[in-house]
Amino acid sequence: MILECKHVWEYVSGYLDGSLPADTLRMVQEHLDHCEICSAVLDSTRNILILTADERVFELPLGFSDRLHARLDEELMKAAG
Amino acid sequence: MIAAILGGESSLFHDLVRPYERTVYVMALSFMRNGADAEDVAQEAFLQAFRKLDTFRGEAKFGTWLISITLNEARGRIRRSKILKTESIDDSQDGDYTVSPALLRDWKEIPSECLERKEMQHLLETAIGDLPLIYREIFILRDVEEMSVAEAAEMLAISVASVKVRLHRARMMLQSSLAPKLKQMKSKRRRFP
Repeated sequence: MILECKHVWEYVSGYLDGSLPADTLRMVQEHLDHCEICSAVLDSTRNILILTADERVFELPLGFSDRLHARLDEELMKAAG
Repeated sequence: MIAAILGGESSLFHDLVRPYERTVYVMALSFMRNGADAEDVAQEAFLQAFRKLDTFRGEAKFGTWLISITLNEARGRIRRSKILKTESIDDSQDGDYTVSPALLRDWKEIPSECLERKEMQHLLETAIGDLPLIYREIFILRDVEEMSVAEAAEMLAISVASVKVRLHRARMMLQSSLAPKLKQMKSKRRRFP
């Protein structure tokens, strides 16, 4: 069975997670080997996932930790009576 | 450590929660969409975790339990303040439809060093923030906080199959919105080094 591009897009996430069944993976891989558009879709998605997982994207605000632990201290003291 | 805290060594709670500060904040931010409200939600989640620590049964991981508290706190606030006027947090969009990716002829990898630039960070943060909530929360749990599919399913009280469907759509939506902008940004940079 030959997959069309729109079918391959449905497997991008599973491909990146390594969760595709062996026969599906083989068909997707065969398509990717010959389709530059689907390869670019896959590569760009993988690249975006690497970038968004980087800790620099969502940085804690300056002083977040200090303010949190000061507030926790108040609560802990209250609990201790 | 939890037993010791419940036994009276409450100052150990600081150490218990320190590894989860960023995760809780990012989760809160994905709901509240502004730093001040997110910090407020995060602080409240940690306080509630302390107050309710004796109800933690240890069946789930402590981090999973903490994130559940954060989700409940954030959802409660959204309901109360109706921050998301056009977006219902119970809105289920798991119907049968396909998200089409942005079609490009090639892709030159953008290295992580580019994240030193605030412009790039802002672009990514905005694109994630613009995802509909059900896709945003699964994306944050799975691809930003790197939880397993099973953990994410448990935390959101949805099936593993739903996690996979939502995650796939979230990723495709991000590819569709981000890939052309990132590509443009990269070529602009090349022209004006």
